[in-house]
Amino acid sequence: MNQRTGDVPAPGADPSPSPVRVFLLNCGSSSLADRGFSGLMLVCALSIFAIVILILVELISGSKLTIQKFGMSFFFGSAWDPVNGNFGALPFIYGTVVSSILSLIIAVPLAVGVAIFLTEMCPAFLRGFLAFFTELLAAIPSVVYGLWAVFVLIPLLRQYVNPFLIKTMGWSGIFAGPNYGIGMFAAGVILSIMILPIISSLTREVISAVPHSQREAVLALGATRWEMIRMGVLRNARIGIVGAVILGLGRALGETMAVTMVIGNRPEIARSLLAPGYSMASVIANEFTEASDALYLSALIEIGLALFIVTVIVNALARVLVWAVTRGAPVRGT
Amino acid sequence: MASNIVMPPLRARASNRLWRVFVNHLATTAAVGSTILVMAPLIAIFGYLIYKGASSLNLAFFTQIPKPVGEAGGGMANSILGSAILLAIASLMGVPIGIAGGIYIAEFGRNKRLANMVRFTADVLNGVPSIVMGIAVYTLIVVPQKHFSALAGGVALGIMMIPTITRTTEEMLLMVPLNVREAALGLGVPNWRSVLSITLRTASPGVITGCMLAFARVAGETAPLLFTAFGNQFWSTSVNEPIAALPLQIFVYAISPYDEWHRLAWGGALVLIVLIVVSVALVRYVAGRGVLKGAS
Repeated sequence: MNQRTGDVPAPGADPSPSPVRVFLLNCGSSSLADRGFSGLMLVCALSIFAIVILILVELISGSKLTIQKFGMSFFFGSAWDPVNGNFGALPFIYGTVVSSILSLIIAVPLAVGVAIFLTEMCPAFLRGFLAFFTELLAAIPSVVYGLWAVFVLIPLLRQYVNPFLIKTMGWSGIFAGPNYGIGMFAAGVILSIMILPIISSLTREVISAVPHSQREAVLALGATRWEMIRMGVLRNARIGIVGAVILGLGRALGETMAVTMVIGNRPEIARSLLAPGYSMASVIANEFTEASDALYLSALIEIGLALFIVTVIVNALARVLVWAVTRGAPVRGT
Repeated sequence: MASNIVMPPLRARASNRLWRVFVNHLATTAAVGSTILVMAPLIAIFGYLIYKGASSLNLAFFTQIPKPVGEAGGGMANSILGSAILLAIASLMGVPIGIAGGIYIAEFGRNKRLANMVRFTADVLNGVPSIVMGIAVYTLIVVPQKHFSALAGGVALGIMMIPTITRTTEEMLLMVPLNVREAALGLGVPNWRSVLSITLRTASPGVITGCMLAFARVAGETAPLLFTAFGNQFWSTSVNEPIAALPLQIFVYAISPYDEWHRLAWGGALVLIVLIVVSVALVRYVAGRGVLKGAS
């Protein structure tokens, strides 16, 4: 791999140190202090690796009991019976996966639409404001989204959206059953609102990295604006957009507080999306402090371990994809 | 790159042209529509938060501790203090380590594979769910100590600050021109001194706002505190005892059945949001204005 690719040169600066600098660095009289300083900085940088390893070691040692007792069947069993010491994580995995996928289905088309609007169509005076606003939304704490969902979104869903869904699509069984308001569907909706800013701002970054010459070339051939976006922009940015979506997925998988407040917290696999469910992060949040015996605690930690491994893989994949597109991108002209 | 372009089918038939113009308009409408559709709930969240939050903020909110269920009044003063203590511990841990990590990547590790790996790991670590940090710190600190504590909560938040600060520090340092460093070295300043008093100092507005952003992010974190700081209904300033925190208290109050507690939850949420909006706005202001006043 080319080692230089990840380095972003500062605008107006040389990407590599000049011979003058190398000379000056090597003839200093304080090389001992310098070496000590750079060593200290290195240790701090390495602490990031240490954190990852520490988390992994702590989680594995904490979940030893259930790993030994249940093995892989832990992830396929659907019993969750703390009293009799029988644990299976399937309902939680199901809840996490379904609510995340649901949120992606809602969020991705909207996020890409917003990104296209912001980069290709938006008047300049609106762009700054909207970009700032999306950034702000990405910074709102999960618990505040949850608070809003409990008092505004849930009543809205219960009164207007869910009855409509039951009426029009109730025959399929996916939208059926008692209408509590809380449940898998509500979790998917609040998750989609939460991951939208992340996906759209990254997509915007990726789309901005597509060179102008691509757009101009397609336009010069007589394409309409949409054809230009489709052929010149989206086609070139697709890998990065997939990366942005996967990053959003990673966020959705690990989202805890807002989901805990709306998903209903019932460890069952129901066919209907309106039924209450449970997710991996929320079972940890709800039951961790109540876990009375070692096996129970170990089961919860193993769920955390699974969550950790999955999100690390998902995030690494997403970063590689986004990075593949945005590296070496020209600075967008004003 | 260039080979990726697909030639648009350029057929000159009138009907085809009409169709293309129609699709173009349709796509434009869809993009504008999705922007409106996205902005609407988001503006609604803000509006509702300000409306509900502002009406529940008063002096008692900032000076009193929660009253027992059923009694009106009371505030979240102990949660605000608790959050401040937790964030102080987190910053003490996260800020120096984070900045040092950023200095390493930008100043010593340029073009090295190790620095790229650190950068990549920091990005990945940023995406790890905060509740996982909570579990790790629980087994690391709470289990040996045998009780929940403010220290554990602070460490959990501090760990979450490190990758964010490392990345922003690195980005800000990279914006400092190399000439500035060479000028310092040319005057005989040792390299470590040049990094600390010239480069870092030049980039300091950016680095500070980066820290504030990380600070604001963890200020709203609830999940890692659930089983580290745990929460507390009373005044507590000891780092060895469970401590109240604003986001934790919002969570507890939001899922409670009492109107009075809901009111407090909205007030707490507004306080959090104001903190976050201010720091995000500051970051944008500094980044937009150019970090490097006086450098060039």
